[in-house]
Amino acid sequence: MAHFEYLKNVVTLEYREEKCIGCGMCIEVCPHAVFRFNGTRRVEVTSRDACMECGACSRNCPTEAISVQSGVGCAAAVINGMLGRKSSACCCTTDTGNPKTGGTCC
Amino acid sequence: MHYTVDAGLYALENPDADTPVFVSANYKMSFDALRSALPGRNAWILVLDTRGINVWCAAGKGTFGTAELIERIEASGLAKVVSHRTLILPQLAGPGVAAHEVKRRAGFTVRYGPIRALDIVRYLDAGMRAVPSMRHKTFTLKERCVLIPLELYAAVKTGVLVMVLFVIASGIVGPGGWRDNMLNDGAFAALALASAIFAGAVLTPVLLPYLPGRAFSLKGFIVSMPVVVVLFLLRHPDITSAAGMLESAAWALMVPAVAAYLAMNFTGASTYTSLSGVKKEMRWALPIEIGAGVSGLVLWLSARFVA
Ligand code: SF4
Ligand code: SF4
Repeated sequence: MAHFEYLKNVVTLEYREEKCIGCGMCIEVCPHAVFRFNGTRRVEVTSRDACMECGACSRNCPTEAISVQSGVGCAAAVINGMLGRKSSACCCTTDTGNPKTGGTCC
Repeated sequence: MHYTVDAGLYALENPDADTPVFVSANYKMSFDALRSALPGRNAWILVLDTRGINVWCAAGKGTFGTAELIERIEASGLAKVVSHRTLILPQLAGPGVAAHEVKRRAGFTVRYGPIRALDIVRYLDAGMRAVPSMRHKTFTLKERCVLIPLELYAAVKTGVLVMVLFVIASGIVGPGGWRDNMLNDGAFAALALASAIFAGAVLTPVLLPYLPGRAFSLKGFIVSMPVVVVLFLLRHPDITSAAGMLESAAWALMVPAVAAYLAMNFTGASTYTSLSGVKKEMRWALPIEIGAGVSGLVLWLSARFVA
């Protein structure tokens, strides 16, 4: 299946390798394979542009080696924000567990 | 609220003190997906109160979060029910839960299971190991297609109103009688808008990986080009007249503007767009979309008056 990447060089993901203890949690949680082990018992960022700023890696990094301004990449939510409407940040995603009923919107 | 299940600890088949514990959201579809992915297996399922919202959305909002998980572990007395200290969470709960915090404060080790419930048995049987493909959030044709009705519904809700306004406006001002105007120019306006919605809310999601460019607006714009051509062939405008020229230019602006705007909105449904990226795209795309839409409207109205 096609590997999707959004805009280049835009995400706020930052990684400080010297803090990494190689626990692998960031690899475990990242849904876009942004990290991988680099052979030195630390991880490296391989595909920064694939990051969707979900924040899973930074939240699960025990040594705060990763930081990212997380949020939902949704134009409608940004527009609502600009209009001053405090909408529930939209997030429509396919419900991965159930391909038959699929889309859920909240 | 029949899309929710009550929070708490559930038993699948006959679990005992050594049986794995899965954590899920109290959105019925999340819970059912997990349950049906474990046919005939013993398991504990700890359901968190995510206010009826699915795992990924709830994790993003923080309701599927560290605090709720710890509270639910304590309230359910899980530590007395099982002798091991491992929880299997859906990987997409990652944005909400800090595994090391759960370990520190509740004594349970969090393991993230695969993204798709369908892979859970393979994950378990491999000794709680996921192969990389189980960890990758995809956006397949099928996954994109199930989103189309939602996109269409949102677009058509406003779209129908705008179409009606165009038809009425065609009747009020224009060269011929109101009835002819509405049936001719008004109907074409409705068709053009419907085509723009089709391009932005149907063609863009379907063709997403094949459309050039990274920005969704650009993809929507590109896919609207053949649609504009088809509209012109249908309309056969008299481009030697001022009115024909103005009307053609109007739709050549409005159709791409609407399609690009709707395509941009599809970022919310996609599984890989970042907030920083969306903001960057919107900074240039939104002014162009609004500008093209408004100038198209002005041209269309002037076409009505000069005709
Ligand atoms: S923010 Fe999400 S997508 Fe980006 S690197 Fe971290 S886990 Fe991966
Ligand atoms: S989670 Fe943090 S410490 Fe663990 S491997 Fe990733 S960067 Fe290193």
